[in-house]
Amino acid sequence: MQKFTKITSPAAALREADVDTDVIFPARFLLLLDKAGLGKHLFHERRHRRDGTRTDFVLNTPPFDQAEILVAGANFGSGSSREQAVWALTDFGIRCVIAPSFGEIFYSNCFKNGALPLVIQGDAHERVMLAAESGKPITVDLETQTVELPDGEVIGLDIDPYRRRTLMLGLDEIGSILADDADEIAAFEARLRASQPWLFLDDGRLERLFADTRAR
Amino acid sequence: MTARTLYEKVWQSHVVRDYDDGTSLLYIDRHLVQEVSSPQAFAGLIEQNRALARPSAHISVADHAVPTRDRHLPLAEGLAARQVERLIENCTRFGIDYITMTDDRHGIVHVIGPELGFTLPGATLVCGDSHTSTHGAFGAIAFGIGASECECVFATQTLRQRKQKTMRVTLNGALQPGVAVKDIILALIAKIGTHGGVGYAIEYAGTAIATLSMEARMTLCNMSIEAGSRVGMVAPDETTFSYLKGRPLAPAGEAWEAALAHWQTLPSEPDAVFDKEVDLDVAALSPHVSWGTNPGETSPVSERVPDPADQSDPVRRTKMERSLAYMDLKPGMPLEEIDVDHVFIGSCTNGRLEDMRIAASVVKGRKVAPTVTAIAVPGSASVRKQAESEGLDRIFIDAGFEWRASGCSMCVAMNDDRLKPGERCASTSNRNFEGRQGQGGRTHLMSPAMAAAAAIAGHLIDVRKLEPTT
Repeated sequence: MQKFTKITSPAAALREADVDTDVIFPARFLLLLDKAGLGKHLFHERRHRRDGTRTDFVLNTPPFDQAEILVAGANFGSGSSREQAVWALTDFGIRCVIAPSFGEIFYSNCFKNGALPLVIQGDAHERVMLAAESGKPITVDLETQTVELPDGEVIGLDIDPYRRRTLMLGLDEIGSILADDADEIAAFEARLRASQPWLFLDDGRLERLFADTRAR
Repeated sequence: MTARTLYEKVWQSHVVRDYDDGTSLLYIDRHLVQEVSSPQAFAGLIEQNRALARPSAHISVADHAVPTRDRHLPLAEGLAARQVERLIENCTRFGIDYITMTDDRHGIVHVIGPELGFTLPGATLVCGDSHTSTHGAFGAIAFGIGASECECVFATQTLRQRKQKTMRVTLNGALQPGVAVKDIILALIAKIGTHGGVGYAIEYAGTAIATLSMEARMTLCNMSIEAGSRVGMVAPDETTFSYLKGRPLAPAGEAWEAALAHWQTLPSEPDAVFDKEVDLDVAALSPHVSWGTNPGETSPVSERVPDPADQSDPVRRTKMERSLAYMDLKPGMPLEEIDVDHVFIGSCTNGRLEDMRIAASVVKGRKVAPTVTAIAVPGSASVRKQAESEGLDRIFIDAGFEWRASGCSMCVAMNDDRLKPGERCASTSNRNFEGRQGQGGRTHLMSPAMAAAAAIAGHLIDVRKLEPTT
């Protein structure tokens, strides 16, 4: 996973609450099988008219077509679990989304892909939004846990320590669990199998249900 | 020991270890695999040469992209066919049982999980789909995850998670005739907002719960995610146990007795403390419909389209103006004067047998308005078969509905079932986001009875006002 330490970039301002994952990445593109190249479908309906021409949506407008930061309203990324919403953002070049709050699954998906969803609320959020609208660069520093605005204001952040470390190291979470916790998982599973054996379907139930398809 | 909630009991029984940063490694019992969120997860496994931790923890089915017509024919060449083909290849390679679209066990993941008895009380269950909260109706911790987390479950049988706070939603009173559990959840989302449940595991409690069928409880838990909560739960009771007994993947014999004894210990203890409490008077509810582009933008059908000018919060006002522009609605217009072009009855929210029965009871002896195209899409092959044995298919077809095969269909519009730009749909699904039912399409969420009534009237209408059949 790509590491996240510090970025300085103009930030695209999207003054809108409840931007859902269907708006970020419309469902018809979910039929694509790969993570790569999804940036062209990011905010598809906002960036393209039905005749195929481009709108003046912020991400179509320089310098924000190169923005690495997006500043949005509350409840950004609400809706479905589609990780394509994050893959499309990162493929487009956006590594950080700043909003007062996020949809929970979207929020979690960001950290798996080297992207930082930053919760900033209240007046501070409005100042970040105004800074974004000015087109001047904003700095997000995960090391110092700060956002620096063009006028020199520094906003302190409080980021989940595990998630911060994951991003800064570009950690392979699955690899870490397998390397560090495999024995504990095996021991737990043995205990669970003893205490709640009905949770394990390899006792013949799955085999009986799918006897016909397994035979084919 | 402090009194514990249902959520805390199931959580604690699945913690492999706690880390010193406050996260926990949670053991995952069950994983439902579908075509949309799995290809990239399988690709990650293949790239890293990783095996499945426990193949018998997964079952797989294609539900989002499959057509609901002409199911006996091979899929037409194209992206959907490739996606389904990829799922079959991956399941074959990794040894996961896969249910084909012509199989009697086919259906939407969240409909077949419970039908097969794959969903059990006290279990942890995940799926790369946000409506996995549905399975919480059985007293499971069930939540939607992204593709990376699917890959983690495949490889490790665990997820590193932070325990949620708990919210109890107390539903008291009995529903009035013509009012459905869908109206409860829509009213709740309108009350607490689409972000009200973020960070919380919801438990639905109160006197209304005992009277609700498993189907109704699933509708309730299903849309917890629309209130922002990944997890919605109902404590298991006799209704739960009698639903599960005899299902193919439910335990049987002595194992059933042992499981039952455990499940009976799961309900929240009377003095357990929740981080947040919300009450809703169910008896006072009337049928609701959504008018905007998120499920919180919902009102009783007897009301008018609200006026953004009445909103004091500027962010909400802007959002509402945008919603009304997209929906092409004018403030002050009675909701019952909104004409619809399409009606969709189905989805993981309202595609179960009980939903089909209620919708059929409304359309029986009536005709779909000539301006409306109406489809009824059972959530599973089993629902379809049972409905047909009761003659429901004839009722729908005689009224002018199309009777389809199982799948997500027009809830997510990834197959051919979709609205054209500007078309308007009365839908029993869960999301009214921009473009959700097709690019430029407009969605009004409501209960099966209300959607059926809209099909007959040609416009939104309180189902209790339909003219009696002659």
